[in-house]
Amino acid sequence: MEKEKTRDSKEFIRSDGRKWNETRPMIAKVGVIPNADGSAMFAFGDTIAIAAVYGPRQLHPQHMQDPSSGILRCNYDLLSFSVYDRKKPGPSRRSQEISKVTEWALSPVIDLEQFPNTVIDVQIYIIQADAGTRTAGINAASMALAHAGIPMKDLVCSVAVGKLDKQIIVDLTKEEEDFEGGEGPTDFAIAKIANSDEFSLMQLDGKIPPERIKEVISVVKETCAKIYEVQKKALKEAVEKTENS
Amino acid sequence: MSSMTISNLTKEMLKKMFSSKKRFDGRDLFEYRELKIEKDISKKAEGSARVCLGKTEVLVGVKLAIGEPYPDSLDKGNLTVSADLLPLASPRFEQGPPGFNAIELPRLVDRAIRESGMIDLSKLVIKEKEKVWTIFIDIYPINDDGNLVDASTIGAIIALQNTKIPVLEGETINYEKKRSEPLPLVEGIAPISISFYKIGNSLFLDPTREEEEACNARITWGISQIKDQKFINSCQKSGEATFLSEEIEEMMKILPKKFEEINEKIKKAK
Repeated sequence: MEKEKTRDSKEFIRSDGRKWNETRPMIAKVGVIPNADGSAMFAFGDTIAIAAVYGPRQLHPQHMQDPSSGILRCNYDLLSFSVYDRKKPGPSRRSQEISKVTEWALSPVIDLEQFPNTVIDVQIYIIQADAGTRTAGINAASMALAHAGIPMKDLVCSVAVGKLDKQIIVDLTKEEEDFEGGEGPTDFAIAKIANSDEFSLMQLDGKIPPERIKEVISVVKETCAKIYEVQKKALKEAVEKTENS
Repeated sequence: MSSMTISNLTKEMLKKMFSSKKRFDGRDLFEYRELKIEKDISKKAEGSARVCLGKTEVLVGVKLAIGEPYPDSLDKGNLTVSADLLPLASPRFEQGPPGFNAIELPRLVDRAIRESGMIDLSKLVIKEKEKVWTIFIDIYPINDDGNLVDASTIGAIIALQNTKIPVLEGETINYEKKRSEPLPLVEGIAPISISFYKIGNSLFLDPTREEEEACNARITWGISQIKDQKFINSCQKSGEATFLSEEIEEMMKILPKKFEEINEKIKKAK
């Protein structure tokens, strides 16, 4: 019985033809916003995120400055036309929360103590949304920070892992996120420090037995290794381009 | 006592103590403080509760009103959770627009409840696609001595379990009329939230305000049980520190046991 379950799981094919542990096609590009100190785009299929980094720069108002360390400030939002029902421009409670958890996801890899009294601003916008926007945003922001030359001990890689009824799947589309049947949908957005066993973002909604979290963590590790390669390749290409020009 | 921030000295002291598994108040790392629950604290609310976790005190009220369904859930009633961090409850809370903590707290409670499926929102439709019941769960900390999230979730669940739907007279609600109809709750489902805090390399539960301030990260798990199966319904990591896979595995082992234990405490306190 157990054996059959694992075999089924391996043969499980999703509505867009992907295997359970396959992400949508990933596209990464660095240097997409010339004005920024660093910038990048990252796409999981139809989900497209762009990120710009400005700083380190003087933080105003002055009373917010920290003489012992710089501050990382993230802003995440959807463009109004990135979703079918127009998103009213301006921050919502959802976007404020995602901005904050993105900050917490990225700050562990940045050496902020080198930049007292300053702020590093990370601006993340979603151009087209098909689920997994916060994870695509974190992948883009991580590349943009590296592109800006901010001292980092590592890159951050992020992906959402979910569950359709009892089947675990990687990088959900909106259609999969809205699945209703059996145990219903589960969406678990996770960020991992690329070369370390540390997790810096964990946000879950749904219904998953505690004993199955281990499976999720293990497939996140495999997937983040793939994302890391895509991010590294894009950064290398950007460096080579500057050297040649 | 009412100083604004905790000193680096206290932080270091707490870190040291936690690494040798000690706390100022003598509790074990995973031990909750005494839980006290009082139901129906406001006659004007549809349901209400007071929850005390040690010196932390939270009031939760449920109000029902007629609303329009959201376009993406025309066949369901609405659930709205809000929290107001009143300056009455702590020297750290300030008057004015909600800060991040006041946004995050109700969202954590909302997700633990919504995702568990405890409320059958499809039974809260008054007129299809036009009129539905909106459930407002409002959270007011009265004294913040740490772990507001877990205390608030318990308060919200108790208040929901004691909520009576007001009487409809045509188009309007008669709040004064005696009512008997409870909310459509799914039998047996009652989520709680369990928040692990991290200081240095130590994990622990149910911090006092001082312990909470010394922490670098928190992770809140919403957990429920359907028949014999326990489910994680929500999770959110807050703060700048990270968690290792082995720490996540350790939490998964502790969660089911704590779920049983806290539910026992709730039963006794009710």
